Amino acid sequence: MISRGLWNFPAYGLRTHFEELDRMKRHLDQVFHQVEPSRLPGTTAGVFPLINLTETPEAFVLRAELPGVSAEDLDIQTMGRNLTISGERRIAVDRSAKYHRREREAGRFSRAIALPGEIDRDKVTAELKEGILQVTIPKAEVAKPRKIDIK
Amino acid sequence: MTHHDEGKEIQVGKKHEVSGATEQTRSGPVFIPPVDIFESENEINLMADMPGVKSGDVDIDLRENVLTIAGEITPFEGGNEEDLLIEYEVGRYFRQFTIPELIDQEKIDAQLSEGVLKLILPKAEKAKPRKIEIRS
Repeated sequence: MISRGLWNFPAYGLRTHFEELDRMKRHLDQVFHQVEPSRLPGTTAGVFPLINLTETPEAFVLRAELPGVSAEDLDIQTMGRNLTISGERRIAVDRSAKYHRREREAGRFSRAIALPGEIDRDKVTAELKEGILQVTIPKAEVAKPRKIDIK
Repeated sequence: MTHHDEGKEIQVGKKHEVSGATEQTRSGPVFIPPVDIFESENEINLMADMPGVKSGDVDIDLRENVLTIAGEITPFEGGNEEDLLIEYEVGRYFRQFTIPELIDQEKIDAQLSEGVLKLILPKAEKAKPRKIEIRS
């Protein structure tokens, strides 16, 4: 299995552990920040699963469509502000049956994304319901917006 | 005998939107669920990926050889969420098939789990292959 995904975050991408890439990221961020990510549906990294990422003042919420994947076959890990989702989708094949259509894909997958802010790694929660994975990633205190009162 | 496809890496697939003939009354995107259809001696099996659809929100209809599958989704994004990255869209599901075999309507079995619809369409007696003895 090839673990892809170091470059798979189009809007905030190129966040890796390597410093030189970090420098490139800063340049690219300046470009990408001018375009609102939500205006670009269909911009994908081309890596399964496709993800939607939203944020609230308290947390990042990541969702992915993973129909037919059971929780035991799914592995979610965090490292720094990176989150990795990997696993396997198993589809039983009936050898004795005659197939008319086979459009559903089975196999392994791995995807890493860099979150655009510091996260509270200890409080990440994940839920898999009706084939949709939802990962709630609370922001670290430093990353939460704070309202400043004007005296 | 069943076995699993193993080791292969999943390729990313874009969701296909319903277009053309079957115009929908309500607005919002409607997607074509990917399916596996396989046939054994006694039944036709259909598996459809419909993530986000709850078991009560799927509608299956078979009449005049046309099988219709429709799935409703309830929006699950919280009101105070702001989009950062949107790679896929969420919408209803709709797909129709012509089933050439005679199906025993009474015995159709449908299950929805983990976002996958599993439909078993048992063939009616008449449609089952019957071995014809040839007398000499």
